[in-house]
Amino acid sequence: MSTDVLDNAHAHEHAHHDASSTRVFGFWIYIMSDCILFAALFATYAVLGHNYAGGPTGKEIFELDGVLIETFCLLFSSITYGFAMVAMNKGQRQLVILWLAITFILGASFVGLELKEFSHLIAEGHSWQQSAFLSSFFALVSTHGLHVSCGLIWMVFMMLHVYRHGLTELNQARLMCLSLFWHFLDIIWIFVFTFVYLLGVLNG
Amino acid sequence: MLGKLTLADIPYDNPIVMGAVGFMVLTGLIIFALITYYGKWTYLWKNWLTSVDHKKIGVMYFVVALVMLLRGFSDAILMRSQQAVALGADQGYLPPEHYDQIFTAHGVIMIFFVAMPFVIGLINIVVPLQIGARDVAFPYLNSVSFWLFVVGVILVNLSLAIGDFAKTGWLAYPPLSEMQYSPDVGVDYYIWSLQISGIGTLLTGINFFATIIKMRAPGMTLMKMPIFSWTALCTNVLIIGAFPVLTVTLALLTLDRYLGMHFFTNALGGDMMMYINLIWIWGHPEVYILVLPVFGVFSEVVATYSKKPLFGYTSMVYATIAITVLSFVVWLHHFFTMGSGANVNAFFGIMTMIIAIPTGVKIFNWLFTMYGGRVEFSTPLLWTLGFMITFSIGGMTGVLLAVPGADFVLHNSLFLIAHFHNVIIGGVVFGSMAGYAYWFPKAFGFTLNERWGKYSFWCWLVGFYLAFMPLYYLGFLGMTRRLDHYDNPAFQPWLILAAFGALIILMGIIFTIVQLVVSIRDRHENQDVTGDPWGGRTLEWSTSSPPPFYNFAEIPVISELDTFHAMKEKGDYPHEPKQYKEIHMPRNTGVGVFVGLFSFIFGFAMTWYIWWMAIAGALGILGCMIWRSFDKDVDYYVPVEEIERIEGEWLEKVHNYQEKNGKTSTDSTTTQTAYVN
Amino acid sequence: MKRTKYSAFVRWLSMASAVLLSGCKAGVLDPKGPIGHDERTLIITAVLLMLVVVIPVIVMTIAFAWKYRASNKKAEYRPNWSHSNKIEVVVWTVPCIIILILGTITWKTTHSLDPFKPLETADNQKPITIEVVALDWKWLFIYPEQHIATVNQVTFPENVPVRFKVTSDTVMNSFFIPQLGSQIYAMAGMQTEVNLLAHETGTFDGMSAHFSGDGFAHMNFKAIATSQSQFNEWVNKVKQAQDPLDQASYDALAKPSEQNPVAYYSSVKPDLFKSIVASYMNSNSDTASVEMQSDSGVTDVR
Repeated sequence: MSTDVLDNAHAHEHAHHDASSTRVFGFWIYIMSDCILFAALFATYAVLGHNYAGGPTGKEIFELDGVLIETFCLLFSSITYGFAMVAMNKGQRQLVILWLAITFILGASFVGLELKEFSHLIAEGHSWQQSAFLSSFFALVSTHGLHVSCGLIWMVFMMLHVYRHGLTELNQARLMCLSLFWHFLDIIWIFVFTFVYLLGVLNG
Repeated sequence: MLGKLTLADIPYDNPIVMGAVGFMVLTGLIIFALITYYGKWTYLWKNWLTSVDHKKIGVMYFVVALVMLLRGFSDAILMRSQQAVALGADQGYLPPEHYDQIFTAHGVIMIFFVAMPFVIGLINIVVPLQIGARDVAFPYLNSVSFWLFVVGVILVNLSLAIGDFAKTGWLAYPPLSEMQYSPDVGVDYYIWSLQISGIGTLLTGINFFATIIKMRAPGMTLMKMPIFSWTALCTNVLIIGAFPVLTVTLALLTLDRYLGMHFFTNALGGDMMMYINLIWIWGHPEVYILVLPVFGVFSEVVATYSKKPLFGYTSMVYATIAITVLSFVVWLHHFFTMGSGANVNAFFGIMTMIIAIPTGVKIFNWLFTMYGGRVEFSTPLLWTLGFMITFSIGGMTGVLLAVPGADFVLHNSLFLIAHFHNVIIGGVVFGSMAGYAYWFPKAFGFTLNERWGKYSFWCWLVGFYLAFMPLYYLGFLGMTRRLDHYDNPAFQPWLILAAFGALIILMGIIFTIVQLVVSIRDRHENQDVTGDPWGGRTLEWSTSSPPPFYNFAEIPVISELDTFHAMKEKGDYPHEPKQYKEIHMPRNTGVGVFVGLFSFIFGFAMTWYIWWMAIAGALGILGCMIWRSFDKDVDYYVPVEEIERIEGEWLEKVHNYQEKNGKTSTDSTTTQTAYVN
Repeated sequence: MKRTKYSAFVRWLSMASAVLLSGCKAGVLDPKGPIGHDERTLIITAVLLMLVVVIPVIVMTIAFAWKYRASNKKAEYRPNWSHSNKIEVVVWTVPCIIILILGTITWKTTHSLDPFKPLETADNQKPITIEVVALDWKWLFIYPEQHIATVNQVTFPENVPVRFKVTSDTVMNSFFIPQLGSQIYAMAGMQTEVNLLAHETGTFDGMSAHFSGDGFAHMNFKAIATSQSQFNEWVNKVKQAQDPLDQASYDALAKPSEQNPVAYYSSVKPDLFKSIVASYMNSNSDTASVEMQSDSGVTDVR
């Protein structure tokens, strides 16, 4: 009888462990599909990015200083998320929440700076309606921004989950997924920064 | 307050539309009244709508697909009858603004809301059973996918009653689909129904990919996986690779229409060629998303009814993988006439032809599966034979269209229409019907009536040839697609013949419905007691029909390709585990329904520019997701006693049956299916 | 020698099939020019080549199913037979060979039938250029050399290569005269090209082959091939027409209308075609030249 109970307990744990690994695997696949989504947007930008239609070129409107600060916000937020994961592996619940909060602030700053850049462009008369170049620019950059914003909402609720239920197996898997998502967005941003901003400024 | 929506958007003055709407409303009311009268709402809600059981979700996909087949086919009848009469002075009975909506809706419905749910429904019902899993990787997500798909269905049908549908053709090429040329809500209905159901499909793709990769029974290596599951795996890879591109394409068109951007407009640097490229980068793999799983169906069917293993399994797997990869590098063949250079056209033409090689290999393998077999002409096998002949012809005309020089005169003609109906009806529809007849007893516990099934098959087959062979010829005569009127009298006799063919197909559809009704009436005589009515070879036949909600009391250990066949040979059927263990299962949840409800509110509001309602819908979706994340009561353990009870009842039935009909079940199936011959 | 035999065979076969197909008047199986002719030959060749596999498949399907029917206990039953290297080699090799041949044909014909490729005649005829504009829902033909324009009718001399430069001042359409051969898309802000030739005089149906909205079904025109002298007469007749095509009359014409009758314009505003293409062009584009040819072959003025 006792072995039975032990067996079952073991089976339960096994089931949960499997579920976690499947969850993270599934999320990986989602990230791959998201990758293709961004690839399509990058391709669109590559095709339409020079159709200025009498409007400004990238060189004329990009201000690298602001973008560089944005970039650093996001890069550092990836590092701080990494610290949250380290704390998770050590089982330090409070520290996880703290690092998540710092990551949130950095991510929110990124979104805020991006919105500031956008409103500046629109105020100057360079909205997405001006040319195909600006349409594809706004679409690509704000799709990334929208992803980051979703990540931020997720992060808020993740903090709540960890606060209420602790570092359960489920929450650990969720933190893993969010981690994948967050680093993925970081990588996408590096591509955006290089192909849109740097090359834009270099090649005009 | 209500955006663009006014009472004037309901087409009271159009008798055809109002008739259709009236019919839909009436049918809805009757169903509603019947459910209420029999007090089945709770049952429906608890056992079906909120179910996360892959088998039930699969059945629901199939039901919706059958209903939408009727809708899509009504459109076909309208088009065929219009073209049969609209010659010269006779304008027919459909004005262009109505006719244009009909052919757009027909294409959208048949691809997205008939063919897709048939295929996804089959994958849902069969794959977890075939790979020895108890459910899919993410059961709740599966329910969400289904309900997002339903939202697409509802939006398309709603466009009939409120406002218009798109008048652009099923792929909504810009600039025609831009605000400048299509200012009404038709294209918006199109965008939101496809966007929302498309996201559902993407989630399905991720879900089943994870299921097949992570949840196969122990010992089932990829090369011991049944062929249908292989094709399902490849289809899911295609979904994951292609559907994000559809999402982006539709989103960019949305941005053009709603925010005045310039992706595909004529003005300010927009480039409609980009849309055409993007939509076909999704669109061509989509064709294979539909057809690969039915290749899997035919493989299972031909092996089972030939009483032999599938010939050249390894070849078959590699052919499937080759088609999967190649399908991403052929999209340009849909627009050779856009003026690409000769090198580009030739490259894509030849890549397309190369797909014919693995496809040809598949057909040969099915042929040699029958070779040396004992072929039983049951309904699923008839569909398979019909497919092999019809699809060979469709494949031939497809390769012909892949030759740019030939395409230059055949593109956009009725020859093209005949070709893709040839492969979609001859392939996807025949395959879905074969799969329907083959796995119906697995899903419901009784077999379908053979006689009516055969009537249906012959009507479809004859009707198909009558309806589409004339279209091939009309293409040679220079008749283009999407004409609501023509002046060439030489077209008319052939169009009348085609309309006649469509009527015979209609008979086929009616016979399918009769078959279902008759089969339900006779369900006690046609009961599938053993769970293995056809002498199947794969794992889904090793459990009861319908399977218990947990599929397998004990997950089998796999050592061979045709596992179940091997089990029967060894006498290990029905399998009785020494000891049952409790089973971990997901709980049903209504969250999927609510995600669907809010998505519908969102989609409808966006279509009509009702911003407050769109925000409410979006917040509702977000709220559902967050609420779900806090729900801790998502799974449970099935107690051993319950499993013992369920399995005991089934085992007793099987033992009784075997005693009555001889020992092994292979024998019993021969006797049971003897009447087929 | 072999080639001529084959082409004679194809000619015979296409004639036979033409008779078979109810003496198919008009349409792509009754071509009246070299492009259409080659395309018909190509279609027939490709179909014959594929029938080499398709017919045996159909026959085998029926034969195997019948021979190995369950009630035929005389047929050999091999319940475990599922692999044969010999058969595998054959079923992979045969389609490969056919696709190899067909691929070679495809590569050659795609280049020889490239719509952009200028046509050469034995007597080195100088081609005539006709500019084609797709409008909602009619076709405008501009003769830049003759300085005339027509609506829904295009006339040209037989045995003279015709270079159609095609654009659209609305949504996408496809310019198609089935009996002469290849169609090509008409797209706003872009110029595509199709080179055709009529071997004999006659009136051929022309149409838009790509759906473009409500008036699409009536967006037809007549393509008339005449003798050179008749053509010259016709040009003179058009020059006598009442109205010139200036910007104002063009703007009026460009408004959506259905079932337009044939119309003639005595003269055309210079460079009207270029200005229609360029109207979608950006004032500050990085590729400003209208004549610039992009990689794809389509002239994209942006």
